[in-house]
Amino acid sequence: MFTRISLTMVLLSLLPALAAQPLYQPLGQPASDLSDKPEWNLTISPDGQGLPAGSGTASQGKHIFEQHCAACHGFGAIGGSAMPLVGEVGSLASEYPEKTVNSYWPFATTLFDYIRRSMPPSAPFSLNSNEIYALCAYILSQDGIIEADVELNAVTLPQVTMPNRNGFSATYPQ
Amino acid sequence: MKKVPLESRRQFLQYTALSGAFAGFSLPALSAQSDIDYRDILPESMTQAGAGFSNYGQPSPYENKIIRWISANPDTPGNGVSWSPLHELQGTITPNGLHFERHHNGVPDIDPATHTLLIDGLVDTPLSFTVEALKRYPQQSRICFIECGGNSNSSWRSRPVETAAGYTHGLVSNAEWTGVPVKYLLQEAGIKNNAKWAVAEAADGASLNVSIPLEKLLDDAILALYQNGERLRPENGYPLRLVLPGWEGIVNVKWLRQLRLTEVPVMSRDETAQYTDLMPDGTARQFSFEMATKSLITSPSHGMTLPDNPGVYQLTGLAWSGQGKISRVEVSADGGQSWVDAELQQPVLSKAFTRFSLPWQWQGQYAVLQSRATDETGYVQPSRDELFAKRGSHGFFHFNAIISWEVSEDGFIYHVYPD
Repeated sequence: MFTRISLTMVLLSLLPALAAQPLYQPLGQPASDLSDKPEWNLTISPDGQGLPAGSGTASQGKHIFEQHCAACHGFGAIGGSAMPLVGEVGSLASEYPEKTVNSYWPFATTLFDYIRRSMPPSAPFSLNSNEIYALCAYILSQDGIIEADVELNAVTLPQVTMPNRNGFSATYPQ
Repeated sequence: MKKVPLESRRQFLQYTALSGAFAGFSLPALSAQSDIDYRDILPESMTQAGAGFSNYGQPSPYENKIIRWISANPDTPGNGVSWSPLHELQGTITPNGLHFERHHNGVPDIDPATHTLLIDGLVDTPLSFTVEALKRYPQQSRICFIECGGNSNSSWRSRPVETAAGYTHGLVSNAEWTGVPVKYLLQEAGIKNNAKWAVAEAADGASLNVSIPLEKLLDDAILALYQNGERLRPENGYPLRLVLPGWEGIVNVKWLRQLRLTEVPVMSRDETAQYTDLMPDGTARQFSFEMATKSLITSPSHGMTLPDNPGVYQLTGLAWSGQGKISRVEVSADGGQSWVDAELQQPVLSKAFTRFSLPWQWQGQYAVLQSRATDETGYVQPSRDELFAKRGSHGFFHFNAIISWEVSEDGFIYHVYPD
């Protein structure tokens, strides 16, 4: 009798511990080697972390844009089936706001990040770093965000101040 | 017939005598015939063997018009959506083949045997996991909705779009998701003190990346492997996806390959250029993750007709909230002048579809049907006017205002803005 009671008490005392601490075998493999590889370092931060070597200018970018981008985004980066990329800077508080790269995006580094991972949709990662810097320069120069002759690279791209840099307010955390 | 607003619950529910509408029936006299050939009088399906077994069951061919509606840019067919036909469904669970889709560059073909999940950044030990390993962890199930931040975006336009309910408001679906609590994996890697966010990256043709607050991942986030009991569908993230209950679809990253812990968000395209809410002063709300309380009458709804006048119709619909449980759904037949509580299908689950219903007696009058949800925090779904007063008219994401169906005197149903 005594044994049975104490066994029950032991089991009961174990239950909360079991519920709070599920039993499982850790199966993650140490992967410091992967963390250093380029294919696991695609994301580029506003401070420029992750930007590769290379450079490009607006005039180089114009040719690349017409070859790879204009079919959807339109010649001049506006008027195609895809979203307009340039123009409308200062329109956001107006009756007809247009959210283009140049009017809306807060960071120029996002443009490099997004082009590399997603554009063109038919062949992501087909553009090399020089071409992507040149495309960024072409788009940004269309609205005078950078001068036409500025060379964009891992140092100069994060220094670009977008017109809508301070246009966002985080709703998280509330 | 002139407009007659319904004034009371009694009027809403009252089952008055519908003389002639529901005629009685009488039993036929028993035949004296002794040898009946039942093949002559029974349905054909009862007088022959049926079809064989199937390895994977399909819907009845008679239901082949119950489909997702695809909307994509022809130049980039993998960038678009398919809408869940909510107006054709009942209950609360969305069948896997009808769960809404939003892809940024198509559905990738991923062999689970070659897929790796990497957890790195601000952790003590970067860890990689195979899909087979993840299946050995304790599996947790959660029934919850996932709603695209851009659901109902056409309702921001100045004129109502005349499309079936699911094909304007059906970028939301509800499923039982099963997988590994994300916190187990993060704790295994060891979270450094300065980690506040995680950058989630997908293995699709957009390499989609977004920043997610670590707090949510340590709360109720699931690394889902299963959807309604079976492995994820490719279009819903196979072999593994994040499920963040109550938060907008974009952060429920499909085809997940990496969680990199960081101190600050990385300002990716899909958390700056998209999925942000432009306000009247020209600034934008960012990281508006939680999907606000919303409801929708799914039947009767746009495009349906009311065949009997007078007739009794079962109003039904769905309510959901990213803040928790739905506590109340009211229904109006007079454009919001009077409201009646609908019945909620039990159990009501937090951050999940709640089915509501209410019988409605229609007597041929002009009506505007609306539903209005309240959640357990006391938040009440706003009217379109109230939403616009707060957010302006240039929104695109996070539309949660009351949705209105106009019933004409001849029983046709249209999408309207009654304000």
